[in-house]
Amino acid sequence: MAKKSITGADALVKCLENHGVEYIWGLSGGAALPIFDALVDSKIKLILVRHEQGASHMADGYARATGRPGVVLVTSGPGATNTLTGIMTAHMDSVPMIVITGQQIRPMLGKDAFQEADIFDISMPIVKHSYLVKDTRDIARVVREAFHIASTGRPGPVLIDVPKDVSSADFTGDLYPDMDLPGYHPERATVDQPTVMAIAEALSKSRQPVLLAGHGALIAGAQDVLRALAEKIKAPVTTTLLGKGVFPENHPLSLGMLGMHGTAYANKAMVECDLIMSIGSRYDDRIIGKAALFGRNAVRIHIDIDSAEFGRMIKCHHYCHGDARAVLTELIKHVGELNTKDWLEHLNGYKKKHPLSYKTRGGLKMQHILDVLNDMTGGDAIITTDVGQHQMWAAQFCKTIKPNTWLTSGGAGTMGYGFPAAIGAQFGNPDKEVWAIVGDGGFQMTLCELATAAINKLPVKVLVLNNRYLGMVRQWQELFFDKRESGVDLVGNPDFAKLAEAYPGAKGLTLKRAADIRKVLQRARDYKAGPCVINCLVEKADNVFPMIPAGAALEDMLIEAPKPHVKLAKPTGST
Amino acid sequence: MTTILTETDTHTLSVYVANKPGVLARIAQVFARRGYNIDSLTVSPSVDGRYSRMTITAKGSVEGLDQILRQVSKLVDVLRCTDHSLDEAVVREMALIKFTTKAGERTEALQICEHFGCKTVDLTEDSMIVQITGGSEKLEACIDMLGKFGIVELVRTGKVLMARGRQET
Ligand SMILES: Cc1cc2nc3c(=O)[nH]c(=O)nc-3n(C[C@H](O)[C@H](O)[C@H](O)COP(=O)(O)OP(=O)(O)OC[C@H]3O[C@@H](n4cnc5c(N)ncnc54)[C@H](O)[C@@H]3O)c2cc1C
Ligand SMILES: Cc1ncc(C[n+]2csc(CCOP(=O)(O)OP(=O)(O)O)c2C)c(N)n1
Ligand SMILES: [Mg+2]
Repeated sequence: MAKKSITGADALVKCLENHGVEYIWGLSGGAALPIFDALVDSKIKLILVRHEQGASHMADGYARATGRPGVVLVTSGPGATNTLTGIMTAHMDSVPMIVITGQQIRPMLGKDAFQEADIFDISMPIVKHSYLVKDTRDIARVVREAFHIASTGRPGPVLIDVPKDVSSADFTGDLYPDMDLPGYHPERATVDQPTVMAIAEALSKSRQPVLLAGHGALIAGAQDVLRALAEKIKAPVTTTLLGKGVFPENHPLSLGMLGMHGTAYANKAMVECDLIMSIGSRYDDRIIGKAALFGRNAVRIHIDIDSAEFGRMIKCHHYCHGDARAVLTELIKHVGELNTKDWLEHLNGYKKKHPLSYKTRGGLKMQHILDVLNDMTGGDAIITTDVGQHQMWAAQFCKTIKPNTWLTSGGAGTMGYGFPAAIGAQFGNPDKEVWAIVGDGGFQMTLCELATAAINKLPVKVLVLNNRYLGMVRQWQELFFDKRESGVDLVGNPDFAKLAEAYPGAKGLTLKRAADIRKVLQRARDYKAGPCVINCLVEKADNVFPMIPAGAALEDMLIEAPKPHVKLAKPTGST
Repeated sequence: MTTILTETDTHTLSVYVANKPGVLARIAQVFARRGYNIDSLTVSPSVDGRYSRMTITAKGSVEGLDQILRQVSKLVDVLRCTDHSLDEAVVREMALIKFTTKAGERTEALQICEHFGCKTVDLTEDSMIVQITGGSEKLEACIDMLGKFGIVELVRTGKVLMARGRQET
C-alpha cells in the first residue's frame, strides 16, 4: 500500500506531538491556514486567544510554571508582530518558547505582498534563535532544533517562520532527522574543578557571606542543593525578583528579595557582607544600583551558564561557568560550616528593626490584601503578577515557598503579562490555585483574554489592585518630578467586576473595605467554574518602600517615605 | 612593557560560522548594539563548504570587545570567534588603486609600484590601476606615496587573517 502523503503542516504538527506538546496558543489567518487545518486531526489542544500578545504570554506562563517550552501559532504580518512583546518578555527572562508564524508564499517574499512582515529579521534581536523555513523537507529538523535550542543551556524563545507554500506542499523528508547545529554546544559548560576549589577557599575565609540566588538557579532546579548548601555553611540567602521560590522565603536564613524594592535587610546585607555568591542571577541593574559601588568590599563570585554575563554589569573575582545545580553539587562537597553566628544575629537585628510593614488603618491597602492572600494560600498557589506597584508589593508580601510558583515579568517589565501568564500556568497546572495579581492599568492591556479563560472554564483568580492610577509611574513623578503628574490618571476605568460578569461563566467581585478582605478572597477561592475578577478599590496614592532610586548605591536606600521637605534628585543612569 | 590596547586600537577578529541564513545579520547586530563600528568585513567559504570564515576589524575598548566576543560566540550558528589582535597572525589585504599620471610622471609611478610589489592591471594614456597585496601598513604606505599623483578611486578588500603554525584561526 502506498504511504499516504502528508503536507508540511502535517509534518510540523506531528513533530510538535512528538515533542510532547499539549497545547498551542494562537490565532489564525491566511498564511497559517494549512497549519491550523493540520491541528484539526491532532491531539494537541489548540487554545484560541483574543490577541496574539496574550498567546505569547500564555505560552510563557505555561513554560515558567511547568519548565516545558510553550508553543504559539499565529499568522503572518500583524499576527506575527503582535507576538513581539511576548517574545521579548520571554527573551529577557530566559523562558523557553516556540513561536510559529505563518508567512507569505516564497515567491512573494520581499515584495510587500499582503500581510508580509519580515518577522525573521524584525525579531532577530529578541530571540535565542530563529528560522525561515524555505524547504518543506527541513521542517522536522527545524522543529527538533528549535526545541533543543529553546530548552537547553540558557533557555529562550525560538521563532519559526513558515511560508504557506512550504506548509502546504507534500512532505517527503524524514520525521526524525538529525540536528545540524555545529555551533551550539550547551553541554560543554562543564564544571571547572579548580574554579570550584577557589570558590570553596574564598567561602572558607568568609564570615559575612550572602548567597544571591537568581532565576538561573530555578531553571537549573538547584533548590534542594542550594538549601543544603546554605544550611551547611550557615549563610543567608537573598533572591532576585525572578529567583523567588528557589529558597523558601519562610526559612530563617532567607532575607527575601534584594534590589530596588527589596527588603531593607537584604540590601543592608549586600552592603555589609564580605562575600557575594551569585547563583544564576545576572546582576541586573535593578539589584546592583550604582555598579561601581556594588559589593565593593566583598569577594564577588558569579556562577552562570552563560559566560557572556561575566563582567557585563560588574567585575567579579571568580567566574564559574556552568549549570547552577551541577556547580553547587560539586561545591558543597568542599565546604564546611562557616562561623557566621555574629553575622546572622546582626542581620536578624535588621529584620526586627526594618520589617516589611504597612498601616492597616485608613484606606484599603494593596499590601494588606496581599498579606491576607499570602496567609490564606500559604505559599501553595501559583502567583503571577503584572508590572507596577502591585507587583513590588506582591513580591514583598507573597512569600514564595516552592519553585516555579512565582511568575513575573522582570527584565522586560511588560504590563499586560500577568493575566495571560496565569491562564498559561493554569493550563499547565489544572489542579493548582492560580492567582493573577494585576494593576488596573496593565489588566486593561490584555483583559480581552477573559474570554479565553471563561470558555476554557479556567478558575484563574484575577486580583485587580485598582488604584485608578498608573501607580508606579505616579510614584516616580511624586518622588522625583515634584509631584507633577503627567499621563498617569486612569480616570475612565470600567467597573472590572461588571466587566467580568459580561463573560458567560466568569464571576466579578468587588472589595472596598479592609474588613471584607478575607471574606471576598474566600468567595473567589470557592468559585471554580471559571475566572473570577476581584475589583479591589485600594488607596489611590500609596508608595512602595523600601526603594533604591535607580542608579543610586544600595546604601542610599530609602527604607520609608522621605520627609515631605526632602527633595530627591532625579534618578540618573539606569531606569 | 606589556602591550595594552587602547580605546582606539583596531581589533581583528576571526569568526568561524555555519553557513546559515541570517548569520551575518546576527553578528552585525551584536556589534551595533554595543556601539562598535565594523571597519572592514570579509566573508568567504572555508575548506568545508558548510562553513564560512569572516574576518572583522573594528575599533573600540578591549572590555567592550571581550563582551562582543562572548556574545558572538554564543550565537547558535557561530562555531568560534577569536580576537587575533595580539597574536602573530598572518594578516593580508588587497587594494586596487586608480590614479592619474601626467606626462613624465609615469616612470616615477612605476618605480614606486615596483618597490611595493604592485601589479599594474590597467593602463591608459593618463591613468593606471595597480593591485597591491600585503599587510595594512604596507598598503597605507603605498597609498600615501601614490597620493601625489592624484588617486581617483581606491577599493580595499578588508583584512583576511590566518593564525600561524598549529594555532587555529
Ligand atoms: C517594576 C520592577 C521592579 C523591579 N525591581 C526589582 C528588585 O527590586 N529586585 C530584583 O531582584 N529585581 C527587580 N526587578 C527585576 C529585574 O529587572 C530583573 O529582571 C531581575 O533582577 C533578574 O533576575 P535574575 O538575574 O535572577 O534572572 P534572569 O534575568 O532570568 O537571569 C537569569 C540568569 O541565570 C542564568 N542561567 C540560566 N540558566 C542557568 C542554569 N541552568 N545555571 C546557571 N545559570 C543559569 C542566565 O544565563 C542569566 O544570567 C524589577 C522589575 C520591574 C519590572
Ligand atoms: C507595556 C508597558 N508600558 C509602560 C510601562 C511603564 N510602566 C511601568 S509600571 C506602570 C504603571 C502600571 O500601572 P498599573 O497597572 O495600574 O499598576 P500600579 O503601578 O498602579 O500597581 C507603567 C506605565 C510598562 N512597564 N509596560
Ligand atoms: Mg494602578
